[in-house]
Amino acid sequence: MSLLHLSTHSTYDLLRHLADSYGLAIMALVFVGLCLWPFRPGGSAASRDAALSIFEDAKEFEEKRNDA
Amino acid sequence: MDSVLPRTGLWLGALLFAVIATALAADIGFAVHMMICALAALIGLIVTVRGWDPAAAIRPVDLGRYDDDLIRLGVIATVFWGMAGFLAGLYIALELAFPQLNLGLQWINFGRLRPLHTSAVIFAFGGNALIATSFYVVQRTCRTRLALPGLAKFVFWGYQLFIVLAATGYLMGITQGKEYAEPEWYVDLWLTVVWVAYLAVFVGTLLKRSEPHIYVANWFYLSFILTVAMLHLVNNVNVPVSFFGSRSYPLFGGVQGALVQWWYGHNAVGFFLTAGFLAMMYYFVPKQAERPVYSYRLSIIHFWALIFLYIWAGPHHLHYTALPDWAQTLGMVFSVMLWMPSWGGMINGLMTLNGAWDKIRTDPILRMMVLALAFYGMSTFEGPMMSIKSVNSLSHYTDWTIGHVHSGALGWNGMITFSCLYYLAPRLWGRTRLYSLRMVNWHFWLATLGIVFYTASMWVAGITQGLMWREYGPDGYLVNSFADTVAALHPMYALRVLGGLLYLSGAAVMATNITRTILGHYRNEAPMHSAAFDPARDVPLAPVTAI
Repeated sequence: MSLLHLSTHSTYDLLRHLADSYGLAIMALVFVGLCLWPFRPGGSAASRDAALSIFEDAKEFEEKRNDA
Repeated sequence: MDSVLPRTGLWLGALLFAVIATALAADIGFAVHMMICALAALIGLIVTVRGWDPAAAIRPVDLGRYDDDLIRLGVIATVFWGMAGFLAGLYIALELAFPQLNLGLQWINFGRLRPLHTSAVIFAFGGNALIATSFYVVQRTCRTRLALPGLAKFVFWGYQLFIVLAATGYLMGITQGKEYAEPEWYVDLWLTVVWVAYLAVFVGTLLKRSEPHIYVANWFYLSFILTVAMLHLVNNVNVPVSFFGSRSYPLFGGVQGALVQWWYGHNAVGFFLTAGFLAMMYYFVPKQAERPVYSYRLSIIHFWALIFLYIWAGPHHLHYTALPDWAQTLGMVFSVMLWMPSWGGMINGLMTLNGAWDKIRTDPILRMMVLALAFYGMSTFEGPMMSIKSVNSLSHYTDWTIGHVHSGALGWNGMITFSCLYYLAPRLWGRTRLYSLRMVNWHFWLATLGIVFYTASMWVAGITQGLMWREYGPDGYLVNSFADTVAALHPMYALRVLGGLLYLSGAAVMATNITRTILGHYRNEAPMHSAAFDPARDVPLAPVTAI
């Protein structure tokens, strides 16, 4: 614990310190990483495919609608 | 055969247990609840025995169709609980304006009917809409049938039992006294079992998908299911007084208890009423508009930003309380930051119509979705503003909060759910169209006008109340007594009743429309819109140079 300079005085102190130092930094990094992930090389095509994937079944309904 | 016998035994065991628990009950309320459970077990027993079908084992399951029976039931349940919840809301609005309507009866006074209203609209209407649409969307986007169909049935019916137990409990005065978490310990335990089953069915279906990518709507549904499970467990850590009694006491006390409650309460809004309904938006808006979502990348950022920010916003419910000041500020700052993902999401939904804006003139279902998104944007603008401490000092504990909640609930949750029901009904029952598109238009305008009356009257009432409470005279004493503010608000309360009545009327139009659609009727009506054409005027201008 002393290596990270985290207080062990009480649970409150420990969590409070973690929340405004290492914990905050790690969460912010994870968040930024997750947001950048769709912008990876090839991400554009993957996003387009995903956005269009919900229309692959549309024809079936249209056919049914025309039959009725 | 092989599955009917153990299931019958299980129902019989549940029935016996419920009867014994009724006999041992420490209070009347618990006894009534155990009788309801016994009745549910009896119905389950009869249905199981009567449904014995020896040929079922050799009859192949039609794998070419989606598992839609439960979703049809879910649509009916959503409409039914919606009507019940809106009616309860109208009645309590009337009680506030005309207290004589309490009729001196403890079972229907405002204090007991109010949680009945909130739970009916959020958990019964909203919850059924979420369960039904999540089962619909997860099958379509994964292009597979539901995993564990038997367990899915348990989720649906178990959830209805939870609703009945919660609602009857409120009428009998059984409550933990925590907003949006009123049901007592044994009802909480039941909901936990149902919710874990829900998670299993949803994740199981995701795992057996035949699409490589998990569509973003499912991310929102999954985060809603997981987070609600976590919130529910932590906020209901209670110790029952007796194993056969309805009373329990929470483990967390004082300001810790308050913080846990509002961490729960605000995230119930964030994950039940926002993430879950955004999942509906990300599937049904593109489907109804017949074009893909404006930016799939933005939807991913919307998702992660919502997840990372929402969970910290709860303390804004506890401004100027015993909660440490830094925690209040933290809640406020994260609430203000939520502006960005909320508006990003709204823009993403609205811009999906880019190039097809003409459709909101001709398609009242799409128009309803656009209004829902507009209200999502408006209430997520208002919310962060109200979380700012100086604004909160005026708005907190006043009717402004009620107005804010209803602009989100009636405008965003209500309208997106109605439009999804209109989308689903013809498809689930194999109809070529709805019974009437013109009635959707009527519903749209009745509901919109209702919301306008509701929120506008509550803004005026809230600010009046806030200003009257803080008004000091020259001698340093407060000018108004509490009763003065109540009298001043009476006209606003009456206007709210009008708003609620309009909204309920719109929902009644929907109930009729959906029922007739299910019955296979088609209303003979003129199309919604056709561009005006006058052949007499369809000629070139006569040349003026003829003179």
